[in-house]
Amino acid sequence: MTTPSTTSLAVARVTRERRRAGVVTATRDRLGVLGCTAAAVLLVIVVAALFAPIVAPYDPDFPDLLAALSGPSPAHLLGTDALGRDILSRLIWGARITLAGPGLVILIATVVGVLLALLAAWRGGRTDTVITWLLDVLFAVPGIVFGLIAVAIWGPGLGTVVAGLSIAYIPYVARVVRGAALRERNMPYVSAAWLQGQSGTGITFTQVLPNVQPIVVAQAVSSLGFAVIDLAAVSFLGLGVQPPTADLGLMVKSGFDSMLRGHPIEAIAAGTLIVVIVWCVTVIGDRLTSSARSLR
Amino acid sequence: MSAGSYLLRRVGGLLLVLLVTSFLVFGLLYLAPGSPLAFILGPRGGTPEQIAAVTEQYHLDDPFLVRYVAWLGDILHGDLGYSIVYRQDVSTLISGRVPTTLVLVSMAAVIIAVVGILAGTYAALRRGWSDQLTSTLAAVGLSTPSFVVGVALISIFAVTLGWFPTFGSGTGGIDTLHHLTLPAIALSVASAAYLARITRAAVLEESGREHVQTATVRGLAPRYIVRHHVLRNSLVPIVTVLGLTIATLIAGAVVVENVFALDGLGSLLVRAILQRDFAVVQAVILVLVVAFVVVNAVVDFLYTFIDPRIALGSRQ
Repeated sequence: MTTPSTTSLAVARVTRERRRAGVVTATRDRLGVLGCTAAAVLLVIVVAALFAPIVAPYDPDFPDLLAALSGPSPAHLLGTDALGRDILSRLIWGARITLAGPGLVILIATVVGVLLALLAAWRGGRTDTVITWLLDVLFAVPGIVFGLIAVAIWGPGLGTVVAGLSIAYIPYVARVVRGAALRERNMPYVSAAWLQGQSGTGITFTQVLPNVQPIVVAQAVSSLGFAVIDLAAVSFLGLGVQPPTADLGLMVKSGFDSMLRGHPIEAIAAGTLIVVIVWCVTVIGDRLTSSARSLR
Repeated sequence: MSAGSYLLRRVGGLLLVLLVTSFLVFGLLYLAPGSPLAFILGPRGGTPEQIAAVTEQYHLDDPFLVRYVAWLGDILHGDLGYSIVYRQDVSTLISGRVPTTLVLVSMAAVIIAVVGILAGTYAALRRGWSDQLTSTLAAVGLSTPSFVVGVALISIFAVTLGWFPTFGSGTGGIDTLHHLTLPAIALSVASAAYLARITRAAVLEESGREHVQTATVRGLAPRYIVRHHVLRNSLVPIVTVLGLTIATLIAGAVVVENVFALDGLGSLLVRAILQRDFAVVQAVILVLVVAFVVVNAVVDFLYTFIDPRIALGSRQ
């Protein structure tokens, strides 16, 4: 085939048109009204967190001890914490770590999990048995315990907890993707590609992976919500992000102490922001999961 | 498959998983930077007696695998090592902490079962705005970390209203239950929300079935139909989720115990990590993992009693 046939040209045009009209409609179709609201809220938070140096009104670490524990005022919209640091600025900087840490966890877990799942699904037999069993063993330990184990060995810190949680989240992604990849593997188009002489690796990455991609994304987003909670919890325990770095879990902790002294704003603000972030992520994850299911 | 051989296979698989996890927990010591001896004794260093005691306890003079077997043997004999911070046997330390965690997890499990199943069933049967409200509440509950709930509960019910104590686990009996009420609620919110969601879906699916229609047409009382036709048949997904969440409560207790300063296993673990008391860390993690694995296995086994259609050992 040296010249493209008319049909393939037509297909190319339709694909191009769909892509152009696509992004907005496709997002709305997949997410629904609630999902779009969640996505919009999350987008605002992510943008604010990304541009924290520009958006935040103050240096999050600057202690104005004379203005410590002041209530909301035009100068400090959400007041200041026990060290006189601007709470709003710390929320914006804190959202950075609270999003970036779990994001990294899910990225690592997804890459490793998908590779393991595709390997298990393609090779089958003993490879599959070993990988499945390995995932079962990982699954036998509750997620947050992995974070704590990592801290016990390498000491407190964000990197340590991220490493521990990344391992913990591998089975969450891998199990679902393995199931989906197994179904795809038995489809006629895979046999067709095999008969055309495509290699196993080629088929896995050019045929199976694109077809399980919606499930991968849905599962990754759904797990992200849990990762945010786990990481914030470890930081709250004092084993994750270390002060004076601004982190939402840590802010709930320090806000808790201020609250007992009658200044609840920091705890309420940080706690609410965590809930809003997790809620948005979970809603989007749910929508993506059901739309990935309906595609099947 | 007969019940006997099924049980044998399950227990065998369980033991294998426990063996592997125990090996991993044992191996943790060797993942740490520095020599095991230096890691256990920490920056404090140690007296010659301490060095001798640690060497003996971890069998450091033996080859790696021999060390593991010896360590496992010690554990099976109930010897979990010696805490260098508390200067006490770890097994005594742990057994003193288990009751608090056990009561906390049990209370949370009861709350989850009652609230989750009732709210889910109510939402599914009522539909309309009460369904909307329950689903929204469930979504928010599911997104709220236990420590945020804990902080909120303390601020409202302990500090402002003064109905419950802020910290500690009480002196036993009713006092303990009183002290553990808020922690148990904090621990159960997310799981109760999840269970409500699962229950709602299961009940909705079941009430659309033909046997329920038949029962309605025959004129049976709605209450009777809900209890004996709908709920009975939606039990499998409900019990699955309930069992899984109870298993995760064991890990969730680590966080909640620290919010409320309870003297349970979780607060022991966090303090041991901060103080680098490795024998305690190892032992508590082992206990948590074993409890988690065993609860999961028990739930698996319970299916066959709830739903006789699920054959023993079938992969459903």
